[in-house]
Formats: sequence, structure tokens, C-alpha cells
Amino acid sequence: MGSYIGKSVKRREDARFLKGEGKYTDDIKLPNMTHMAFVRSPYASANVLSVDTSEAEKAEGVVAVFTAEDGCGQYGVPCGWQVNFKNGETMREPQHPLLAKDKIRHVGEPVAIVIAETQALARDAAELVAVEYEELPAVTNPKEAMKDGAPKVHDQFPDNMAFDWCIGNDRAEVEAALEKAHHVTELEFINQRLAPNAIEPRSYIADYDVNGDKWTLYTSTQNPHLIRLLMCAFVLGIPEHKVRVVSYDVGGGFGSKIYHYTEEALVTWVSREIARPVKWTADRSEAFLMDAHGRDHVVKSKMGFDKEGHIVAHLTDEYCSMGAYLSTFAPAIPTYLHGTLFQGLYKTPLIHLNVVAPFTHTVPVDAYRGAGRPEATYLIERLVSKGAKEMGMDPAEIRFKNFIEPFDGVNQPGYQTQVALQYDSGNYAPALEKALDAIGYKDFRKEQAEARKNGKLLGLGISTWIEGCGIAPSAVVGALGARAGLYEVGHVRVQPTGKVSVYTGTHSHGQGHETAFAQFVADRLGIPMDDVEIIHGDTEQVAFGMGTYGSRSLSVGGSAIVKSIEKVLEKGAKIAAHKLEASVEDLEYAGGKWTVKGTDKSISFGDVSLTAYVPHDYPQGLEPGLDFSSFYDPANFTFPFGAHLAIVEVDQDTGKVDLKRFVTCDDVGNIINPMIVDGQIHGGVVQGIGQALLEEVVFDESGQMITGSYMDYAMPRADDLPMIETHNTVTPCPHNPLGVKGAGEAGAIGSTPAVVNAVVDALWHLGVRDIQMPLTPQRVWKAMQQ
Amino acid sequence: MRISLTVNGKQYSHDVEPRLSLAHYLREVLNLTGTHIGCDTSSCGACTITLNGDAVKSCTLLAVQADGCEIVTIEGMANGAELHPIQESFKENHGLQCGFCTPGMVMTASDILKNNPNPTEEEIRHGLEGNFCRCTGYHNIVKSIQQAAEKINQ
Ligand code: FES
Ligand code: FES
Repeated sequence: MGSYIGKSVKRREDARFLKGEGKYTDDIKLPNMTHMAFVRSPYASANVLSVDTSEAEKAEGVVAVFTAEDGCGQYGVPCGWQVNFKNGETMREPQHPLLAKDKIRHVGEPVAIVIAETQALARDAAELVAVEYEELPAVTNPKEAMKDGAPKVHDQFPDNMAFDWCIGNDRAEVEAALEKAHHVTELEFINQRLAPNAIEPRSYIADYDVNGDKWTLYTSTQNPHLIRLLMCAFVLGIPEHKVRVVSYDVGGGFGSKIYHYTEEALVTWVSREIARPVKWTADRSEAFLMDAHGRDHVVKSKMGFDKEGHIVAHLTDEYCSMGAYLSTFAPAIPTYLHGTLFQGLYKTPLIHLNVVAPFTHTVPVDAYRGAGRPEATYLIERLVSKGAKEMGMDPAEIRFKNFIEPFDGVNQPGYQTQVALQYDSGNYAPALEKALDAIGYKDFRKEQAEARKNGKLLGLGISTWIEGCGIAPSAVVGALGARAGLYEVGHVRVQPTGKVSVYTGTHSHGQGHETAFAQFVADRLGIPMDDVEIIHGDTEQVAFGMGTYGSRSLSVGGSAIVKSIEKVLEKGAKIAAHKLEASVEDLEYAGGKWTVKGTDKSISFGDVSLTAYVPHDYPQGLEPGLDFSSFYDPANFTFPFGAHLAIVEVDQDTGKVDLKRFVTCDDVGNIINPMIVDGQIHGGVVQGIGQALLEEVVFDESGQMITGSYMDYAMPRADDLPMIETHNTVTPCPHNPLGVKGAGEAGAIGSTPAVVNAVVDALWHLGVRDIQMPLTPQRVWKAMQQ
Repeated sequence: MRISLTVNGKQYSHDVEPRLSLAHYLREVLNLTGTHIGCDTSSCGACTITLNGDAVKSCTLLAVQADGCEIVTIEGMANGAELHPIQESFKENHGLQCGFCTPGMVMTASDILKNNPNPTEEEIRHGLEGNFCRCTGYHNIVKSIQQAAEKINQ
């Protein structure tokens, strides 16, 4: 191991953020820049009868007003994943217009845009646009949407269904096993809709250059190349090479900034129309209304056990909302990113998941931190804990009993699940053991009993999780319906002086790539970290890339860089051999230099670099330069896993849940920077706790979002939380060169069921078996009274 | 309306619309874009600055209300390249990820420590109540402020 990998190197990106010198999109001000404001529907479902823009056009500072009649982006924004019906029929794909023409399908859907000299004037004028609506009935719950006579979201799809889908073993076989099971535990609940809420609202600036017929789009996105491709090829029909997409600093994403949004295409279109730069930055209300949401599954599950507590079968039926339109990756979330994790960490022999995905009169649902995997983990881990307690078994013991045996993916093959995927490597028991030791599991039951005598309701919840990260390879995801490849690009440019510029197609919006990537690059090349810079977020600098989501950056993006480093070293060796008058086979590379084995004859990386660019004394026939780009298409997903434990105390009188301790033991494969990995776990855990205890997007009967601000949507604050106690085990990924698995989503996947299991544990003796999330004091109190 | 105020030790005087928020004044007029805007309900704290020594949310004030006041923004915390001890502690403890909440966190931390040089973990958490961070889970922010307190008290 080199000198940087495995060390908590402090982040190089921090100085600019700490001094207030980060460059987020809204911080950019261009000469002659105009501002865009939206006229948005106050109704969830309505006919648009008329739009009158005449007053707005006359208002102070207004440059232009546009409606759907003006013909922007006539094809609408596309969906990037196709999931077909069970019977093979093609998924239903309604057009997702940039501006609504005659029909409104969710609150906030835009009807017109106003461009003015300042943001305030644009908003003033937007108020003057008169829109006549005819309000129609709306449906927001995915199960309700499937009922006969439910309000229709798209007239051409009268049953509201986008697709249905299933995975796993034959349903009849699973049902038969459940019939015969010694014990069957059941759960019916809603995995509630969440708003991702990155603290930086989305922001876009398009700058059209009339003379060059070119655009620059500054955007707060997680994947600039993907946005460029989707927008140019599918929405606006403009040549891709004429658009540069830049996303410098981005203030958090959590999935919500993956998708190509209508506003991005609109600023780009408008900028050419008016030949001036156009900026739009969402306010928080717009973020609630327009950013794709997460979760929103209506779930019915059954898990069967034999006498000893072995799981014999698992059957789940779900209604998973798509919202009003299909967002970029929406169809993949409740299907291939969800059903494929139904094996969990267990040897469950029979599994069946059936999904019905309807349209509803709501903002689209797509990936939110974990994307389908938290929903899978939640229901599996609730079922296992509930089943154990019903059978009078210890919830830790039942897990150990059902865990898949250890396999490293090298000496033992990967584990073939019942739900399509093959796990890469895993060793599950040690992670749970370590977490149980850390929390003092053995003594806890005594403490709990003591506390109960003193009128205190203590509970401990366990969850063990697995996820599939870095989804791949492209041919496989293509067969599953992805309309893009899921490889990554890594470009290593060695400068003549031996300094190294690395261009990655992944994107950092908090993950610290500038630091962690430089650590392994410096180690692989045996040079100081200061000699390595990491560049991302600009399509003009980085050749191509798929961006950052699904915990893929290091496992896929890092591997692409490693491939290029290998090419650099291979060519460097030829130059070194020439200079040292030795053969390549006689050289070894270490500590930043090539040495002739068994001698002290050596040449440094810097000298070889210079020679590559000043090729006077140079191997014959070898091209000058030391500059390589690689595409890396992974052999498989990676499968990190872990155990999360929570201890809670429930207030007898108010039902308020006090989270006392939270302990994790996660296995994310090899770790480059432990400080950054811990930080990812902390943040993910707290988002998961948010779902368990606080967060929920609520709609009223008419489809109005009644949690559309921070006054109504509760997110975790510092005083809601304890310190997060993190531990880890290391089971390397066998199929990528760094042995890494991914840590970005882990926290959010494991933590939610741990908290809910803890609360149910605290109240079990009162007859409480389940409580609907979020576990607000009111809900907990009500459950205690029943 | 004409306002005059001091920001990070510099005098400014401008004609502003009465409805202009102080946060927008700092960002749009003075180009001090370190003060961020994360919400429209005074809930997130990304816009926190100090006004006459106290932490306030600059989105809740109008620029005209700051007339005659002394303001420090995140840009006024470091001394050239030398970070303020709070900033340094945030860096050492990984108290930031995407950095968007960070200016508000640092300014709030300065207020917490000004009023209470030796805060307990609970007091720090209570003091951070008005600031959202969606990335860090607050864990390392709390640690950063604990360490900053030690540094400042040395
Ligand atoms: S922007 Fe001021 S509190 Fe959110
Ligand atoms: S660091 Fe991203 S919101 Fe706090």
C-alpha cells in the first residue's frame, strides 16, 4: 500500500468553501444576463382554458414572455430507462412537455415563462400572466390511482398504469411455501414520499453565443455529459458539440440533481431566442414542487419461516408511484434497483415481488439516496425483526441463522440470488457481531427490563443491509432497459514536468473526489499528491462521463482512471527502458521511478515525462506524449453491506422518540479515505433517520402539496440526533482494481429500519407491532393507546 | 433608499429598493456570494451572517434595515490565506461536504462560541438548531465546533 490510500487526508476542496469562495451556479453573474420566472399551476389536475400574457409583456423590465404556443422543446424531456409490462407490452411513456399546453398534471407545472432584467421584475411580471383553469379531480396515492374510476392522469392511458413488473420465483410456488410455513409474518404500510432537499436549490444559466452559434449551460447537476446528451439529442434537437455544460460546485444532490429537468432545456432554448444569457434559480417552494421526489410505495408483504426461524419464502406486492411523468431513471427505481435486492443478506430460497407502477397527479418520483434499495431493505428488515419477535426469537440470532455463508468472489464464487443478480463478495456475520459488541447488546436486555420497571420505554433495533452499487455492465443494464451505458471515463494527462491532470466523468457534489481520487492516483504513480489535480464537471475539459449516483464514482470512475494510469506506466516503461538501456522486463516501477532490477540505475517519473514531450533521445517508432483516456465498463455491480443498530427511548406521555445511540458497522470494500467514508455514512444515516422519524410529503384531496416548505416538511436538525458511532469491516470487491464498493448511499439504506425496529421493540410489550413512518409523536402515542 | 453600512470592515453606500433583502444585497450588489440562500421561510440558516456582532439570517432582513450596521460575512472570517480557527477546525474535522450550508454554519458557530466559549455537545446542537445541513448529519460539524472552542481558548 502506498502512502495516501487508507489515510484521512484533509480535503483540498474545503478552503474555497470555508472562505465563501465556492462557485455554485447561482454565484455566477454574466454580463447582460436576464432572469427567468415561472407561471406555475396552483392545481394538481386541470384543463388550461386560456393564457393571457399581454399585461406581463408590457411590465417593467420584461424582455420576453413565452408559452407552450411558442414551440420550445416540442418533444419534451425523455425518460432514460424502459421497463416493459409483464406481458411484454412496451412501457407507457407520455410526453413530458417543457411548458404545459392544455392539461395540468401536478401542482407547480409551468404554463408560461417570463424573462426580465432582474429576478424580482421577472417574478412581478409572472404575477400578471392571467391563466384560466378548469380544475379537475386528482389522485395522488398510487394504489388509489389503480382503482376503477380513479381520475385519469393521461387521457390516453385510462387505467393510469405506466407498467407492471415482477421478479423472482414463480408466484404460485412462493404462495405454496407460505401456506406450508410454520409462521408467516405480515406487514402493510406506505414507504412514504420524501423530498430530497439538497440545501442548494437547482440553478441554471444558459449563455448563447450568437457568433459561434454555441451555448454554455451552467447547471447544478450530478452528470453534465448526460444532461448535454439528453437535452441536445432528445429535447431541443441542437448539435451536441455546440453545447458546453459546466457544473462547478454543486450544493448536494442525493439523486435529485441527476435528472434532466424542463427548466434546464428552457433556459437553453430562451437564451438563443433572446440572444442573451438567462438565469433561473429555484426557490425552496419551487424545489418542493419540481425536484423529483423519492420512495412513495404502497406495500403489502409476507415472510414465512420454519420452526427454527429459517426464512422459507417472501412475497411482496407494491404500488409504486411514477408521478405525473416518467423522470429520467424513474422506471428503474422500484424495479431493477429495488427487486434485485430482495435477497437481502439471507438465504431465502423463494422470493417474489410484484410491482404496479401508476401515474399520479404529483411531481415525478425518481432516485433519492439509495433509490429503491432503502425501500427493499426497509421491508425485509422490518419483516425479519417482526417475525423473530412473534416467534419469540432474538432478532440478532435469527439474522445469524439466515445469513448467506461468507464468499470472497475469488476462491468461492459470487452468490447467485433468486432475483437476477450475483453478489460479488460478502461476509455478513462479522459486521453484525462488531456492531452488537459496540452497542453492548448482551447487557441491553437487562437494561431495558430495568428501565421498564422505572417507567422508561427503551428499545433496540437491528437492521442489516446490502445494496448494489456502480450498476453495470452496460450490456446487462441495457438488457434491463437502460437507454445508456453505465461505464465511466478516466483521462490521465501527464504534463511534460511530470505533474498530472486527471479528468473524470464522475462528479463531486460533496463527496470529495478532488482529494480521494488524488490519493489513489498519487499512490499508483508514486508521486506526491500535490502533483495531481482532479478535474470534473465541464464537458469541454472532460471528454465524456456518466456522472455520479448509485455510489459509483470510485468503483467505476476510479477504475477508469486506474486503467489510464496503467497505460501511462506501460508507455513510460518503454521510454525508461530506452533511457536506461535496459529491457522493459528488467525494470520495476516503485516510488515514482523505474529501476533496473538489482541495480541502482533508475529514472524518475518526471524525467520520463519530460522525455515523452521532448523526444530527442527516444524509442524508435513510439509516439511522443504521455496522455491516456480509458473507458471502464465494470464486470458486475458491487455489493457493500453492513449492520445498523439504534437505541431509542419513547416518552410515555407524548410518544416522542428520543434517539439515544446509533451504531453502524459497514463494509464498503477497501477504503481510500476513512474520514470521507465516515462522513458519507453519517450523512446517509441521518437522512434515513429523517425518513423514520420526521419526513413526509403530504398531499390533500385536491392534490395540493401541504408540506411544500421547511415550515411543514420536517428534516433532521442537529438537536434531534446523537453522535453516529461508525465501525467497519473490509471485504474487498473482487472485480475492480481498487477493491472498492461504494459508500454514498449506505447510511440511508441501513438506518431507517433500525430506528423503526427500535421503536417497535420499545413498545412491543404494549402490543405495538408496527407504526407507519414517519414516527411522529402523534402516531407513536396513538399506537401506544391501542 | 440610500443605505450606508460596513461589511467585513469596508464602508459601502448604495441606493437600494426597499424590498431588497439583505441576503440579496450582499450577493447581488456587493458580489459577496459566500452568503447562500437555501430557503424562503427563514428556516435553513445558509444565509447566516453577523450583524453588530450577533448571528442573524440575512434573508429575513431587508437591506434597508441594515443601514448603519456593521456586518461580517463568511468572506470576512479568514485573515488572508490564514483561516479563522473555526474554519480550520471545520477542515480538520471534515465538518463540510458540499459546502453549501458551511458559511452559515461557520457564522453560527462564531456566535455560539462568542456567547459560550465552552459549550457542551448539547449546547452546540441547540445552537445549530436554525441551520440545516443535508450532507454531514451534523456529527462532524459538532466535532468541528468542539475543537474550535479548544483552539480559541488556548
Ligand atoms: S436562506 Fe435564510 S434561512 Fe434559509
Ligand atoms: S455540507 Fe452540504 S448541506 Fe452541509
